[in-house]
Amino acid sequence: MISANLAAIFYLVSGILFILALRGLSSPDTSRQGNYFGIAGMIIAIVVTFLSIGNFSTSIVYVVIFLVIGGAIGAFIAFKIPMTAMPELVAGFHSLVGLAAVFVAIAAFLNPAAFNLGNVGDIKLASLIEMSIGAAVGAITFSGSIIAFLKLRGIMSGAPITFSGQHILNLILGIGIFVLIFYLCKTQSTNIFWTVIIISFLVGVLLIIPIGGADMPVVISMLNSYSGWAAAGIGFTLENTALIITGALVGSSGAILSYIMCKAMNRSFVSVILGGFGADNSTDDKKEKKDQKPVKSGNAEDAAFLMKNASSVIIVPGYGMAVAQAQHALREMVDKLKKNDIKVTYAIHPVAGRMPGHMNVLLAEANVPYDEVFELEDINNDFANSDVAFVIGANDVTNPVAKTDPKSPIFGMPVLDVEKCKSVLFVKRSLSPGYAGIDNELFYKDNTLMLFADAKKMTEDIVKNLD
Amino acid sequence: MEIDPFIFRLSIFILSIFIGYYVVWSVTPSLHTPLMSVTNAISSVIIVGAIIAALAGTSESIFNTSSIFGFIAIILAAINIFGGFLVTQRMLQMYKKKKDKKK
Repeated sequence: MISANLAAIFYLVSGILFILALRGLSSPDTSRQGNYFGIAGMIIAIVVTFLSIGNFSTSIVYVVIFLVIGGAIGAFIAFKIPMTAMPELVAGFHSLVGLAAVFVAIAAFLNPAAFNLGNVGDIKLASLIEMSIGAAVGAITFSGSIIAFLKLRGIMSGAPITFSGQHILNLILGIGIFVLIFYLCKTQSTNIFWTVIIISFLVGVLLIIPIGGADMPVVISMLNSYSGWAAAGIGFTLENTALIITGALVGSSGAILSYIMCKAMNRSFVSVILGGFGADNSTDDKKEKKDQKPVKSGNAEDAAFLMKNASSVIIVPGYGMAVAQAQHALREMVDKLKKNDIKVTYAIHPVAGRMPGHMNVLLAEANVPYDEVFELEDINNDFANSDVAFVIGANDVTNPVAKTDPKSPIFGMPVLDVEKCKSVLFVKRSLSPGYAGIDNELFYKDNTLMLFADAKKMTEDIVKNLD
Repeated sequence: MEIDPFIFRLSIFILSIFIGYYVVWSVTPSLHTPLMSVTNAISSVIIVGAIIAALAGTSESIFNTSSIFGFIAIILAAINIFGGFLVTQRMLQMYKKKKDKKK
């Protein structure tokens, strides 16, 4: 049994360790150390909680059992999950944080005495507001993340689901939550508390269904942010500094990531949230034009020949590479090229893939050294001086239309200047437009060679032809 | 008049948002995925609340309505803590420099 003051100091220490955990991520060299700080912070927080309760009755046995069960499931998932499935894993984890926040809030509401918040039917006003906000945000995080998970996993179509009056409905439900919390404070009614949670679950679903697949980087970051705010809300209820600090850190982290992702698409946060992007690509005249324009297509042999005679190659990976699991074959290809003294670098657009940093993790998995991988602004000028751009599974992020056509929905989005390369190899399954539903001008340029095939199969064929 | 303790917690909260803002901006973009998984793991410090709720049951009734929610929340948060930290560790192990690779 330790005093409340001592416990508070330990919680502060664990909060500081969490800050250091994030700080470590500023460079891959310090990142592993940072992760150990995070683990240490978590152990301190859990041990101090046990010590400060000091009630070592039989229930503690059950607490440990449940902890071990959860830990075993978590460890199993962490070791088994393929790197290509990271986006859905993160979405799934967000949903668990959200649900845990809801359950802690419910437990606190049903047994406020255990948390020193007053008695049933007479909970302190501030605590009641904090726990209902924590529960509402947690519930939105939970159901929103479940929808994001289903979309990323492909169980649910990635296409946006929209209906008329959607935004008005969301607005009414959002205001409804606040009105109900107000009445909850007046009446302390259990029924109103449950209603708040149920409506929040509904809002989470409604909020995410209109958002399409390629906007997922924003959605995941946003849900990341929500899970932080939910934790902070519970932290205020429990008067726990570790939880308040962590909630604030995670909340601002998610918010910054959402901002970076929105900026990389030149879209406002509001327009992403309102959703529906990429839904109405019924521009028939565009499709007709596309059929008439000539396209140069080639095979693996042509591609191998082009790259063998190049002196520098830039690889542009995208979501298609993740889907085809082509990262290992790609690395093999690059190794062969390097043996021929060809300079190879990777160019990564911030929104390539389905979550922030998605491509970097896949390349790291394939043992690509991180100092060969460059961000958009660091490499964009190099395209003009390079011989070959190898675009694998990316599309909209290379579309020159974003720079030339003010009418295009992606106008103004920063894109990779792939077309400035002497020649462009474009691995793609078909001519179908990308997620944004816009035809890519790059397909029809004279210096573009289309390689129609599955990304992994094409890369493997090129490897064979490089011998 | 004394300052309400809530104001102190609010101060901690707001200062932490600022710390988070500056720390996260310095995270290199190539580590954004591990950033998400580690923030996931640390936000599961909510397990603190779950443990308090679960231990609130009396020895006669370990599982009452309130503590059951606590116990379920422990499982959920524990999945996240172990899963989040371990998957982050697994990812970070893969980020290597050229030199390491040739060894």
